[in-house]
Amino acid sequence: MRETIRFIRRGKIVEVANVDPMMTLLDYLRLSEGSTGTKEGCGEGDCGACTVAIGRSRNGKVVYEPINACIQLLGQVDGAEIVAVEDLAEGNELHPIQAAMVEKHGSQCGFCTPGFVMSVFSLYQGTDGAVGRDQINDTIAGNLCRCTGYRPIVEAALSVCASPRDDKFRKAAQDTAGVLDFITDDSDIFIGDDDRFFAAPASVDGLAALYARHPDAILVAGATDVGLWITKQLRDLPKIIHLGRVKDLDGVEDTGREILIGAAATYAHVEPYMRTIDPDLGELFRRIGSKQVRASGTVGGNVANGSPIGDTPPALIVLGATMELRRRDRSRILAVEDFYIEYGKQNRAAGEFVTGILVPKLRPDQIFRCYKVTKRFDQDISSVMGAFRFTIDAEGLITEARIAFGGMAGTPKRAKGAETALHGAGIRDTAAWAKAFAALRDDFSPLDDHRASANYRAETAHALLGKALIEAAGTPTSRTRLVGRREGFVHAAE
Amino acid sequence: MPLNSKVDAVTADSELAVIRKPLPHDSAPRHVTGSAAYIDDIREPAGTLHVAPGYAPIAKGRITGLDLEAVRAFPGVVAVLTAADIPGANDVSPKLIGDDPALAVDEVRFHGQVVFVVVAKTRDIARRAAAKAKFTTVAEAPAIDLADTTDTVLPEYSFGRGDVEAGLAAAPLKLEASFRIGGQEHFYLEGQIAMAVPGEASEMFVYSSTQHPSEVQHLVAHALHIPSSAVTVEIRRMGGGFGGKESQASQWAVLAALAAHKTGRPCKMRLDRDDDMIMTGKRHDFRVDYRVGANPEGLLETVDVVLNARCGHSEDLSMGVVDRTMFHSDNSYFYPTCRVLTRRMRTNTVSNTAFRGFGGPQGMTFAERMMDHVAYTLGKDPLEIRKLNFYQGDRDHTPYGMKVEDSLLQPLVTQLEASSDYWARREEITAFNASSRILKKGLALTPVKFGISFTLMMLNQAGALLHLYRDGSLNLNHGGTEMGQGLFLKVAQVVAEEFGVDMGKVAITATRTDKVPNTSPTAASSGTDLNAMAALNACNIIKDRLYTFIEAKWQVRRNQVSFRDNQVVIGNHVMSLAALADAAYVERVQLSAAGFYKTPKIAWNRDKAEGRPFFYFAYGASCSEVTIDTMTGEMKVDRVDVLHDVGKSLNPAIDIGQIEGGFVQGMGWLTTEELVWDKQGRLRTHAPSTYKIPAASDIPEHFRVELFQSEGPREDTIFKSKAVGEPPLMLGISVFCAINNAIASLKPGVMPALDAPATPEAIMRAVRGMTAA
Repeated sequence: MRETIRFIRRGKIVEVANVDPMMTLLDYLRLSEGSTGTKEGCGEGDCGACTVAIGRSRNGKVVYEPINACIQLLGQVDGAEIVAVEDLAEGNELHPIQAAMVEKHGSQCGFCTPGFVMSVFSLYQGTDGAVGRDQINDTIAGNLCRCTGYRPIVEAALSVCASPRDDKFRKAAQDTAGVLDFITDDSDIFIGDDDRFFAAPASVDGLAALYARHPDAILVAGATDVGLWITKQLRDLPKIIHLGRVKDLDGVEDTGREILIGAAATYAHVEPYMRTIDPDLGELFRRIGSKQVRASGTVGGNVANGSPIGDTPPALIVLGATMELRRRDRSRILAVEDFYIEYGKQNRAAGEFVTGILVPKLRPDQIFRCYKVTKRFDQDISSVMGAFRFTIDAEGLITEARIAFGGMAGTPKRAKGAETALHGAGIRDTAAWAKAFAALRDDFSPLDDHRASANYRAETAHALLGKALIEAAGTPTSRTRLVGRREGFVHAAE
Repeated sequence: MPLNSKVDAVTADSELAVIRKPLPHDSAPRHVTGSAAYIDDIREPAGTLHVAPGYAPIAKGRITGLDLEAVRAFPGVVAVLTAADIPGANDVSPKLIGDDPALAVDEVRFHGQVVFVVVAKTRDIARRAAAKAKFTTVAEAPAIDLADTTDTVLPEYSFGRGDVEAGLAAAPLKLEASFRIGGQEHFYLEGQIAMAVPGEASEMFVYSSTQHPSEVQHLVAHALHIPSSAVTVEIRRMGGGFGGKESQASQWAVLAALAAHKTGRPCKMRLDRDDDMIMTGKRHDFRVDYRVGANPEGLLETVDVVLNARCGHSEDLSMGVVDRTMFHSDNSYFYPTCRVLTRRMRTNTVSNTAFRGFGGPQGMTFAERMMDHVAYTLGKDPLEIRKLNFYQGDRDHTPYGMKVEDSLLQPLVTQLEASSDYWARREEITAFNASSRILKKGLALTPVKFGISFTLMMLNQAGALLHLYRDGSLNLNHGGTEMGQGLFLKVAQVVAEEFGVDMGKVAITATRTDKVPNTSPTAASSGTDLNAMAALNACNIIKDRLYTFIEAKWQVRRNQVSFRDNQVVIGNHVMSLAALADAAYVERVQLSAAGFYKTPKIAWNRDKAEGRPFFYFAYGASCSEVTIDTMTGEMKVDRVDVLHDVGKSLNPAIDIGQIEGGFVQGMGWLTTEELVWDKQGRLRTHAPSTYKIPAASDIPEHFRVELFQSEGPREDTIFKSKAVGEPPLMLGISVFCAINNAIASLKPGVMPALDAPATPEAIMRAVRGMTAA
């Protein structure tokens, strides 16, 4: 049992006791440490002004990922190196990223700048050669700038990544990894007392026991949602159990027929595996939040917290994904679609937690499509999310249609009527399509809100079903889509 | 990859050493290392307390009970303050007309109106305690939408000429339509913040993230019932302003100062992002109703437009903002007979305020939509209709009577037409659309003509304070504020140029009301025009004294003296500026000067609607290409070409940054940025999770911005440069018109019914409307 958390700051091991469970990393940096280079722009992980890099040891190498310090709990960074914007320059000599930002006129008011520098820092450390515009757009999708219009920032990132990587972090990488390994142990962390604590158990058994003892505790994986309960809803969360140190819970495994996702595996970790199932699924994962969100947020968390607009559940549902839940030492397996009962209510008992999600791959006779419709392409929550899996036999008949939508009801939900209408029909049978469109009207009664009106949602669901059918019938996505085109991807089913 | 805005293409001026150079922002090295201090980064004095706001859960009605017991009892709370605690005026309205209380009393006029503040040991405690208040209220049905109200914050106002009804009756082509233009949240990355530090006696030192330090000073003085001389306001830099900190930074400064006054301790108030978005005003949204008469070629004859603005619960800056909408409802086009009428509607929403363009963008969006309407109805390319109606020849009088004497519309648009390959792309797009069922492309080239000067005449003045020290270093101060636009750098470039020294010799200092008093807000794009002129005046005053000194001491005429290359050349002597300054000091020459400037030639009589409100116009044009998905309403910008007039640039890197940033902000306003209030008057889009400003991937692969090369304006502006802060925002209108163009391809002869912002939902609605039409 450890009663402190440990991390590396500026080459030194820092050990902190008395960590309040709700203390954020940003408050630690700004208020405790007095490092004010990292800014608070929104306090909800959506603007990126608070971006810092977190270095962790992976297979003996230090890997840096960007995170939003405003909604990261200090306890979550145990075992990591924290790199903030002040740490890059050496004396008066700017880091190459900083020099490029100055040279390309990448800052105007400068308030978002530290966050951009740190996002690009993670890209710089995570790559060796030149990078493309798309990769830079994705790297900074979670950083908002209201002054520059981004062009000079993109140019700065392109230019610094076009040159060989050479900085003090590269030079110290070996040593840093060594120190990170040194401070990483497999003991449980428990700071506080039974009424107020931050805990980070190291094993599933330890987690099961602790959660059974404190079923009122909040389980935190990435804190990309729970962080807002603290910063925005001002809830008091006296008992926090962090899943990030639970051994094996963050793993992802390709079994050949399916992908097994540990409950604490981040989106960033899962994304490439999803891309092997289908390019649309990979793109869906890429469009979840931002790099910062994907480096912390987990698929397990996205499924478990039961948001009606959670972007992954509709796709997981049509793929026939199942999940494992555990309470004390008892486990059960549940189809993901059966987990959602109604708005705000899931099929999960007190003290029960998700351990993993099993996602079947596509068979050669299956076509998968998913679409996320948003006001802004990157880092936005969908107004409507549609996912489709059509199983088509040798005659071109649909033997099974699985269709699910997010944003159309209180939970992610299948369009059973539309599915039935397509069953047994030819994939190009437009009369069957028309029946499916009509049935879809009855499958849902969506709501009006700030993202979209009920009418738009209904029309968009119709449009997405239409798009999936048009594409399944053979129209290339260059003629059906503005973004996320599939041309260039070769897929087994097509 | 054609991300190729040209920063270095501007011809260097061989006469000039630092002016026209693409120097980086003076704070850039500190921005990138995190060492540029914003107000929240200033080391707090020991004992600093933190202030958080509390507001009633209704948009309209009366507070019949307010139980603050639980707030006061919350551990760590030091004080809870209400309107009764304000010793002076409970008013933060910019004109001190009493319609905008710092803390509301009894009556609630919008959801988010602050009723009390909590002062506590930490910000977290203050926020959590504020949530413990118990309100008893009697709610009334709020007027949220423009359609909900007939009440106004100001009387109806119009100008124009000729008989509009007769003109419309006689016109061969008559069109009319209504459409909506949405508002816009500033989304400065640094939210509203102030820190007040009480001094001796009644003194109050206030750090405020404000574009208008003098107004903050005066409002704090009024609220605390102390003289303005007892209040000093300082701002080194803002993390963005965009107009949102022109009038609406004051309230938070007043409340921080009130807390400091009551507790005797330094107090800081930093709004949470959601509170900031709920409690501070935005760009005015409009419903535009217009009628237009034209000849069969599309030449306008008569224009009648009614611009209905949602002003919110109080007047704030709605007089000037909506006047500017009127001044720009012509954009670049001559209206022979016209009436421009405005209604400034009062609603139970936050009071709308200044936002980059100050009402101008809404007026211009109307003008461009009207051009589209005429063009699509006549089956012509909108660019032809635009060019046909440009101010030209004796068709040069604006609806408010000012002559357009400096038009660059024809040469500028002709150049962009060629460089953007407009007509060849028009053909390609027509061919694409003919063969593409789901995806449709659109192209639009729109001009900008923007009037430069405050239309409130008294604001067209500025002061600067310049010290030359004995070591040859210069300390520069002026009334303008730095919000990222590079103002401090540009003014410093002028001073460095005048004294012939390196930029490093000119110390750039924080704006402070005790150095330069009675300043105007940094607004109306005028920051450089005014403050650099005032600084130039200060330079000339000091240099005049030095010339006199030199003439006496070395018997050399002033035309034989020059300040250059970090030296002073005096006839055959050469000495350093330090040596000269020291010598002058020894001879008791004053080396400090207060400079002043007021804009010449301008006048505006609002009652008679006559005069010349603008010193000059800034011009620009942009050409945007988009693709829309007619099934979902999604949209992508494929290519943007911009050509913009900044006169002769003081700093092309800074200017291009302003143009690109302005364009993107304008594009965001008209596309992804949507403000949604519910029926109870609660803003539902109060955070970046729900309010979407453009992200990096929204910027097209091809985004090319160039500066229009000219001999500079005919008027005497600072080194022949032109203002650049606001005009480029309206370049974003080309994206909106390109979307409209893509939709128009669905049915020739029909004008799409597209509202702004063109969200996927708005686009889908317009697309559906075409099928129904």
